[in-house]
Amino acid sequence: MTVYRIGGFPAVVSRRQVMTGAAGLTFAIALGRSRFSDAATVAGNTAGASLSPWVSIAPDGTISIMSPAAEMGQGSMTSLPLIVAEELDADWGKVRIVPVPVIEKIYGNPAFGGSLYTAGSTAVTAYYDRLRTFGAQVRRVLLENAARKWGVPVEQLHTEPSLVVHKNAGRRLGYGEIAGFAEVPAIAPEIKPEQLKKTSEFRLIGKDVMRVELPGKVNGSATYSIDLQIPGMIYGAVLESPIEGATPKQYDEAKVKAIPGVIAAVRLPNGIGVLAETPWAAFDGKAAVERSVTWSRSGKAWGFDSDEGIEAFAVAARDLDVPVTSDWFKQGDAAQALRDAATVIEAEYRCDYAYHAQMEPLNAIAHVSLLGDSVELWCGTQSPTMATDTAAKALGIPRDKVKLHYTLLGGGFGRRGHRDDDYIVHAVLLSKAAQLPVKMMWTREDDVHNGRFRPITAHYLRAGLDRAGRIVALHQRLAGDRVVPFMDPIRYQLAGQKDAILMLGVELRSYDIENQYCGQIYRDTGVRTSPLRGIGFTANKFVAEAFLDEIALKRGVDPVELRLELLKNTPRGRAVVERVAQMAKWGARRPDGRALGFAFIDYSNSLLAGIAEITVDRNVGAIKCHNFWCAIDCGVPVQPDNIVAQTQSSVIYGMGMALTERISIKDGAVQQSNFYDYQVMRMNDVPDIHIEIVATDNHPTGAGQMATPLVAPAINNAFAALTGRRLRETPMTPDRVKRVLT
Amino acid sequence: MAIGFRVNGHPVSSDAPSETPLLWVIREQLKLTGTKFGCGAGLCGACMVHIDGTRAFSCQTQLADVAGKTVTTIEGLSATSSHPVQKAWLAERVPQCGYCQSGQIMSAADLLKQNPHPTRDEIVAHMSTNICRCGTYPRILRAIDRAAREG
Repeated sequence: MTVYRIGGFPAVVSRRQVMTGAAGLTFAIALGRSRFSDAATVAGNTAGASLSPWVSIAPDGTISIMSPAAEMGQGSMTSLPLIVAEELDADWGKVRIVPVPVIEKIYGNPAFGGSLYTAGSTAVTAYYDRLRTFGAQVRRVLLENAARKWGVPVEQLHTEPSLVVHKNAGRRLGYGEIAGFAEVPAIAPEIKPEQLKKTSEFRLIGKDVMRVELPGKVNGSATYSIDLQIPGMIYGAVLESPIEGATPKQYDEAKVKAIPGVIAAVRLPNGIGVLAETPWAAFDGKAAVERSVTWSRSGKAWGFDSDEGIEAFAVAARDLDVPVTSDWFKQGDAAQALRDAATVIEAEYRCDYAYHAQMEPLNAIAHVSLLGDSVELWCGTQSPTMATDTAAKALGIPRDKVKLHYTLLGGGFGRRGHRDDDYIVHAVLLSKAAQLPVKMMWTREDDVHNGRFRPITAHYLRAGLDRAGRIVALHQRLAGDRVVPFMDPIRYQLAGQKDAILMLGVELRSYDIENQYCGQIYRDTGVRTSPLRGIGFTANKFVAEAFLDEIALKRGVDPVELRLELLKNTPRGRAVVERVAQMAKWGARRPDGRALGFAFIDYSNSLLAGIAEITVDRNVGAIKCHNFWCAIDCGVPVQPDNIVAQTQSSVIYGMGMALTERISIKDGAVQQSNFYDYQVMRMNDVPDIHIEIVATDNHPTGAGQMATPLVAPAINNAFAALTGRRLRETPMTPDRVKRVLT
Repeated sequence: MAIGFRVNGHPVSSDAPSETPLLWVIREQLKLTGTKFGCGAGLCGACMVHIDGTRAFSCQTQLADVAGKTVTTIEGLSATSSHPVQKAWLAERVPQCGYCQSGQIMSAADLLKQNPHPTRDEIVAHMSTNICRCGTYPRILRAIDRAAREG
């Protein structure tokens, strides 16, 4: 047994287990040679001597570094191994990146209790310290082995990329050579924080490298689960019940089976599956099911109407006699401070359901053994841990009987990390019924109808101002559809029945507001819900930042000045506010018909400020955003160009949430179907986007979604500046715009 | 009866029903999976290919429609990712999740073939057929501009 020190906790893992796990892994990605000689590549297996569970080095100097994050476009497949390579002092051009096997105790995400789960923009921030330490440990092992070989004190040696150098003697040894004779200590050497590199010594962190999987994304070779074919496989489609908890009653099975190419129809707990020789036969069969199927009235959402529902939520939020289900956040005594305030300002806001719309409709391939006691599964998932658990539970087998091959994701945005996720369950149960490998694909319509949504919320806010106009109290009540209890009941119980996905972002920690309170009013509509890029921040920062602008207007204070006043104890916040105000020339006269709106947010210790410039077409009710400026401080920028890319991305995602994207529910069922009635941003909707990173030496924090919540409040505030009217709902659709302008 | 056509220079034939979307023939029979399924309704452009040199939604094209014609997919755009659009795409680091990018690249290549030096407005008008949920639009715009300049 070898003991590796992992993040301060000794984890006992046999070398053999690690190597078996790595060797047994197949990561479905085409290994196209990169044209970039200085760029790392992706590999399915490690090569050479294992110097740690994270690093293997081959005699030719090839360095395999494990990558623990799902890759869904955010770049973590590159940036996490790069952190190891930095402290290892590896020649990046010799690095091969190997996705980790499903061994949580070595590779799990510290932000999620050690499960393999890529979400919440946590990958870099949560793995950063330990990956640096692991890299430094391997470097130390290489140095010590070289010192032993040369018979010199290790202090006389230093490293250059992939080389140990003995300067006095003019000698050098490549990492590959050393790995050939290296003795690896049973306990990894201790690395003190001060022994890690200084920021000024970084060669990789802070310098942009080519993302390893990018070359395959311009020639069609990058492989997603939907692209795979398994020998002997057939195709599956599923018509899922429109209501969570409803089961199929009757359907015309004969009509389904009469379709050429259809092999069988299969009754599933929550739908009817069709097995076929081709995808088109499977989809035709599903359409035939749809024409005849009836559903049980079991399930909670039957009869639910989201327009009526949000109305009821708003009543509950504003009626102080309706008790909160829990106190989410308390600081000082907001109720008393409100009573003592010279002025009280109140406001209400609402946000609708929204859909992830990842471009790859959900799909999975499963191959269940004939006895039903094991399964091989191919899918894109944000959580190999949960995908494994889901398949095991669906079949009633131990999780070690699940062999998961995870792939690149055609978008995630929070949709692909739930317990009992139905796209995996569908594939597994269809394969079990077919006794063959089955590639189960949802159509776009399935993906929308079976969607798990950002929840509806209604917000009631009161602010207390003292005689000088200073905000001394902020009291919020938030009534919202539950998320965590649906997506992960275990996590909800562990969290003391607090719904973080719904509530995060209501606390205004950066602002100097002494007394704050937010109550959570839990509602369970029965509608399927999920974390969605930006989670609760998107609704809650929209509300807070629009409300602060209302207060600024009432006080007659410039909105940016108000934020700077509130940020007096948060210098990093002031810096991004001041920077974005300069970028947008806040205060300068705009052309006629244009106006600016401002917003600031803190999001998991990243700080952002944004300014939107808009016009409004009053006849059609359309808001057009022409420019969006954003300054972001997410600490040490590990991959700056990628942070800019992610911020552009999250701005555009936020624009959809702000302006067009809306799911409505009637009698429990989703009303939208495809991109004609669920409209996401296209190139002609997108403003000029100007991003600047305000780099600091702070611990790196998230960048994958942080700007999404900035957009709605900035646009909302610009609309108010332009029209003198306040929109109180997102999305700010043309019908709502016209209503508020008449 | 099998329907014959050419894909990326090679003669192929398919015995799928004549009304089958070309997309599925390309992906599941010919195993050219760079062309993606996104919406099945001609709304997102992930399935974009060239038919006789002009872009087309392969999910809206029936197999019968391409009988005797020439189809180019992302795999056939160049052998070594050397098409100017592909080179510009990497230089500008466009892709994020990457799923829509084959369709984006096929649309962009079609634009530059018709109009080697498009204005910004022309790029936006042409490319708004294609959805990128990761929001890589600013970089797509830059990459097309670069490809037009560098050829």
